[in-house]
Amino acid sequence: MSLRQWWPRARPIPGRPAGGFIAVEPSEWFEIATDVASVGGRLITLWVTPRTGTPIATVHAAYQVDGGVLVAELAIGDASFHYRGLETLYPVAARLQRAAADLTGVRSDSPDQRPWLRHAAWSPADAPLRSDPAYGDPGAVAIDDYAFVRVAGDGVHEIAVGPVHAGIIEPGHFRFSVVGEKVLRLEERLGYVHKGLARRFTDLPAVEGHRLAARASGDSAVAYSWAYCQALEALAGTAVPARAQWLRGAFLELERMQNHLGDLGALGNDAGFAFGLAQFSRLKEELCRVMAREIGARYLLDAVVPGGVARDVPDEAASRLLVEVRRIAGRARELHRIYDDHAGVRDRFAGAGAVDHELAQRLGLTGFAGRASAQAADLRVDLPCAPYHVVAPRIAVRRDGDVAARVAVRFEELEESSRLVVALLSELPPGGHLAAVGVPPADASAIGLIEGWRGPVFVALETAPEGRVRRCHLHDPSWQNWPVLEHAIIGNIVPDFPLINKSFNLSYSGHDG
Amino acid sequence: MTPLAATTQLLEIVGAALAAPAFLGWVNQCRAWLQNRRAPSLMQPYRGLRKLLNKDAILATNASPLFRAAPYVVFATMLVAAAIIPSMGTGLPMSTAADGIALVGLLATARVFLSLAAMDVGTAFGTLGARREMMVGFLAEPALLMVLFVAAMLSRTTSLPLIAETLAGQAPALYPSLAFTAVAFLLVMLAENARLPIDNPATHLELTMIHEAMILEYSARHLALMEWAAALKLFNYACIGFALFVPWGAGNEASGPIGLLLAVPLLAIKLAIAGAALALLEILSAKLRVFRAPEFLATAFLLAVLGLLVHLLLET
Repeated sequence: MSLRQWWPRARPIPGRPAGGFIAVEPSEWFEIATDVASVGGRLITLWVTPRTGTPIATVHAAYQVDGGVLVAELAIGDASFHYRGLETLYPVAARLQRAAADLTGVRSDSPDQRPWLRHAAWSPADAPLRSDPAYGDPGAVAIDDYAFVRVAGDGVHEIAVGPVHAGIIEPGHFRFSVVGEKVLRLEERLGYVHKGLARRFTDLPAVEGHRLAARASGDSAVAYSWAYCQALEALAGTAVPARAQWLRGAFLELERMQNHLGDLGALGNDAGFAFGLAQFSRLKEELCRVMAREIGARYLLDAVVPGGVARDVPDEAASRLLVEVRRIAGRARELHRIYDDHAGVRDRFAGAGAVDHELAQRLGLTGFAGRASAQAADLRVDLPCAPYHVVAPRIAVRRDGDVAARVAVRFEELEESSRLVVALLSELPPGGHLAAVGVPPADASAIGLIEGWRGPVFVALETAPEGRVRRCHLHDPSWQNWPVLEHAIIGNIVPDFPLINKSFNLSYSGHDG
Repeated sequence: MTPLAATTQLLEIVGAALAAPAFLGWVNQCRAWLQNRRAPSLMQPYRGLRKLLNKDAILATNASPLFRAAPYVVFATMLVAAAIIPSMGTGLPMSTAADGIALVGLLATARVFLSLAAMDVGTAFGTLGARREMMVGFLAEPALLMVLFVAAMLSRTTSLPLIAETLAGQAPALYPSLAFTAVAFLLVMLAENARLPIDNPATHLELTMIHEAMILEYSARHLALMEWAAALKLFNYACIGFALFVPWGAGNEASGPIGLLLAVPLLAIKLAIAGAALALLEILSAKLRVFRAPEFLATAFLLAVLGLLVHLLLET
């Protein structure tokens, strides 16, 4: 089967990315998923929108295919109906379905019905997106005994790590089953930083939602706020000035540089090579300072706003900035040589946490980690929005899928992003940096999709009357990559886990929502 | 016992206890400078100890008396070790009680108590650390013994002060056997003191720790004693190294009080150089995978055996 039979039924997605919404019958829900899988498409995300009256809810599944984004929408008649789970075709769906059930009470027929985002903040009978759970009374809801998969055998024992760690990092629980130092199985338990973003969105006017979206995962603030603005601007019919588009592109690449600089240092440190951390921290700090001087912000939180960017970067400031960016990229190149030449560092990186390309394909590994396992996908090239149709990046791809490959891809992307920043800033189109944004119409839907530094960031926005948000679903690429980490560690030794984990550096906050 | 011997003995014990944190602080300072960072003060380890000593100790509910006793045992063991290592003078009355081989036993006692205490509370990390510590320990001990044997055969005694005096008293000559054992000793010292490339003293990653994982459950005065003992251990190892490989300048009966007075600044200079070299070594290396540690220590053992063979074949 192909997708040809579905496209004619689609309502086009307004603005970017190209694609359509398709209302499907329960019998067609799995059929369209199968068809997408057969042409090599991937499931981006799955979410549920509760409705008042009948149907009681809509289940949405967003797929990325060659022609753009296809969103299948299934109306749920009553709460006893369990829609068909997609986890057999797309493993990432398993946790998305459990999360959707926690938030809305709408369940799939998947055998795994354990909670995912719900710990003890609300009771299993409640659904924060549907009713008003009794918050604020800790201890009112019993903490359920989460059933981890047990590994039995001679000499097998469990190591439980987190959610509180020895370092100052985000909370997440990892359950290792090990023999000696060798890891047989890892099971993750996340959801500790669920902040109720989806529910908070329903209290907000749509034109203010970008600020909340930016806070989903602070390290991807530009990607999130841009994706949100993309959806909002499509609904409101806003024409974003060219200068603002160019600046958004530059901001996104600067954010990518900041994250790669920080992580490359941390990776050196996790291999016991403190020199790397000191040098990369310094470079990142230099970048932060020059950004503070020329853009007015060390980090680009709330830099992207509906209609354009929060403040203009004058041409003189832009040219000063790009000189610094060039210099920092040059210094990073020197450090790349040092990492490559250091036998101890190379020994730790090579072969650790390998994800081969079949596994990456099957689990839908995405973003730079996917590109390190031969998944040559990058939204900036595959579904380019302005300014990437003019300045296209060269995609960095490796095949080995180990820590060394992820480090190599990061180094290459750092270099490439600096090239893009220079290209964008040196040819900033003249004109304004901000357009007026009208009130979006009611009952309309749009999509935002941006390649953040970690991978594709997805936003689905549905409006209510008076320019308010009915449902805003944010999707972090970490959803795809967290399950892959469980596979990457198998057969490695326990003390290599922090290094492997850092090489992915997945978001807890963005994932938990 | 002459008054000079008693003074030397007392100075060795008190001096080691007081100077050990400064030595650790100096290594940390050098590490920071080599990383282009601003360095913490030399007093930082003392401030850390004072902070910990002023806190209320918290114990796990299922901690046994062993868990509470271990810090005192470990600290006392390190003090006794300091008493028999000739760091400032060789006329040590206590050295007749224990020779070099007993010293290895003393260090092993500390290790056993530390590991037992780590497993006592039953957390995953303590057990993990204890397991790794024992692996490192049983590989490092024979190498350290071998090193001491070579020195003992050169000087025909196993008493550390006598070894130092004999080696210092001979005409300065290059012993090939000592060159081999010096490298072996350096490798053992890095492994035994939880330094890079075997363990990372600065890490916050609980899954990769060895020494730090064992003391995770300790707090307040217990933790202070454990950290002080770790600093003492590093100091002791440095002094063993000086006694075997740069024994010149330690005071003795012949040089009198002046000799002892001169030995103190000389030791400070030796420590400063050794600390800087240790920091440089650490900066240049990355941490080895845990399973590479046996290779590292096997190399140490092999070098020490080579030293012994060279001594037997060439120097007798």
